[in-house]
Amino acid sequence: MEPPVLDVRNLSIEYRTSRGIVRAVDGVSFSVPKGAIVGLVGESGCGKTTVARSITGVLHQSARIAGGELVFKGKDLVAAPEKEWLEKRWRDISFIPQSAMNSLDPVYRIGAQLEEVLVHRGGRTRAEARSRSSELFDMVGLNPARLDEYPHQFSGGMRQRVAIALALALDPGLVIADEPVTALDVIVQRQILDVIRDLQRKLSLSMILVTHDISVVAYVSDKVVVMYAGRVVETGSTADVLERPRHPYMMGLTNAFPDLDTAAHDLVPIDGSPPDLASPPSGCRFAPRCPFLLPRCETDDPASAALGEGRSVACHRAPEADDLRARAKESATWLPA
Amino acid sequence: MATGLSATTPLVEARGLTKRFAPPARLTDMFRKERAHTHAVNKVDLTISRGESVGLLGESGCGKTTTGRLLLKLIEPSAGDILFDGTAVSGLAGPSLIDFRKRAQLVFQNPFDALNPRFTIERALAEPLVNTGVDRATHHDKVERALSQVRLPPLARFEGLFPHQLSGGQLQRIVLARALVLEPDFIVADEPVSMLDVSVRAGVLNVMREVRSSLGLAALYISHDLALVRYVCSRTLVMYLGRIVEEGPTEDLLKSPLHPYTRALMKAVPVPRVDQSRDPLPIIGNVSDARGQPKGCSFRDRCPLAIARCADDEPALRSVAPGRRVACHLL
Repeated sequence: MEPPVLDVRNLSIEYRTSRGIVRAVDGVSFSVPKGAIVGLVGESGCGKTTVARSITGVLHQSARIAGGELVFKGKDLVAAPEKEWLEKRWRDISFIPQSAMNSLDPVYRIGAQLEEVLVHRGGRTRAEARSRSSELFDMVGLNPARLDEYPHQFSGGMRQRVAIALALALDPGLVIADEPVTALDVIVQRQILDVIRDLQRKLSLSMILVTHDISVVAYVSDKVVVMYAGRVVETGSTADVLERPRHPYMMGLTNAFPDLDTAAHDLVPIDGSPPDLASPPSGCRFAPRCPFLLPRCETDDPASAALGEGRSVACHRAPEADDLRARAKESATWLPA
Repeated sequence: MATGLSATTPLVEARGLTKRFAPPARLTDMFRKERAHTHAVNKVDLTISRGESVGLLGESGCGKTTTGRLLLKLIEPSAGDILFDGTAVSGLAGPSLIDFRKRAQLVFQNPFDALNPRFTIERALAEPLVNTGVDRATHHDKVERALSQVRLPPLARFEGLFPHQLSGGQLQRIVLARALVLEPDFIVADEPVSMLDVSVRAGVLNVMREVRSSLGLAALYISHDLALVRYVCSRTLVMYLGRIVEEGPTEDLLKSPLHPYTRALMKAVPVPRVDQSRDPLPIIGNVSDARGQPKGCSFRDRCPLAIARCADDEPALRSVAPGRRVACHLL
């Protein structure tokens, strides 16, 4: 088997805050196979964006990598000097931001912004950059005749297409998209996801898609990494994780999600909220909200156990997953005690 | 305000409701005769009965939030009338306006912004009572009741707490409780859960459903999220570029959407399953500009089924089945 494009190993990231050190990412491991879209999902504050930013080397200044490795094409990036990061950024690892509105410079023509990347980072000539820009516009479904327009002349969806074109400009080995469709309306969202899916197939892109939306992951990604309170709780193929979740958190989410296709059922929330990472619970981080709590869950932190085929789960009761899943389907299970 | 006499009068009724916004003024406009206005809401007719939950569905910029603000008299319409319990809202002032405010309340979208960070939770909840001159002796009981309606613990648990000390789900319930504390007949909830995480969203939605049925509250839920509208609303209005294009009982509308726009919208909603349709959407391009309203159907340049007539003739919203209205020439 081909080695993964990116191997995240036991990554920990800390923020310095007024309340002390907060470990926002704690021992996270996952890998991105070549030519696959990996969905990194979780709720706000779970650390998914921090992981994504660490891979692009643009962590907030109050954050630092406290441990672990980011092995990109066989080489650890954590130890690399800033100069090497600079070389990698955009050429090897590129980024699609959530709001293309704020990431495009309003006073430059869109074409000029694409050409800047191609010339300065990609070493192309002006003429080459111009023709490559047209090609990129075509690829993301924009009319190359509009290269000379300004960002404000583009709608939100069109700007997001520009952001995708920018990210693909230099044929990067890995693309990181942070909530690329969250700010968009459903119809535009679907159109952008289609662009991402088509291009990923055509160019066999390797990609990390960071999102809070399980539906987005279901639509485009091959593999899912589920995060909760700074940890990875479950990984596996998208189909398997969604259809046969093995972690109680994922089981709970499936009940909490309104669905259009199936008959209207009552939504069941997961009681409580994620822990404060400034003083995380000593055992499993989901324990305070988990209906399947055992005494050891409150003291022993469950390690992530590999189950083969890229499947892993961090839960003491993982061997009973099938039984728990059946119980999780009943809303009484989730009622606050 | 006079109380409506007949139980059959709708609680809220809008006729020909229109709101135009002028574009930002520029110096060169002095030389122009007329500036193109944005028709945020264009000749909208709607009714909401007592105790009924209605969903207003649409994409950003379609005018759904403006419609909600008009119904609550937070902004004035450019044309058209709003009747609340049989009385024209436009004429309200002084005590009758305060009375209207007590009966029609807004639930804000972003709970993190909707509460004054320097007010304690207790003060935030009592503020509407203070503002409308409700007898102070009753405040405590009214606040306690509103808290229990949204399934929050009694006030003692929030003593001395400020908004930043609560989670998003709790805050959104506080925002809802604040709207309920005046015992309104009608609430407008503008994207009430869009800022919340999935695991807590369901709890807030359940509270909204309970409140609706136990208090007999009429509500307009403004949302872009079809699944949410389905969960809380018995009837749904679909809005596109300032107009209502389709209306009907929510389940019927979901089962057999009639307007080409509703159909595209329905296909676009992602579902949390791997085996879902990935066919191209039956829609062309992007939302066109709401400025300067061209003749004809506002959806025609994106409609895969448009015919010649759609370009000249604006389709009226007309009844096609019991309770169902559609604005499309093809039906």
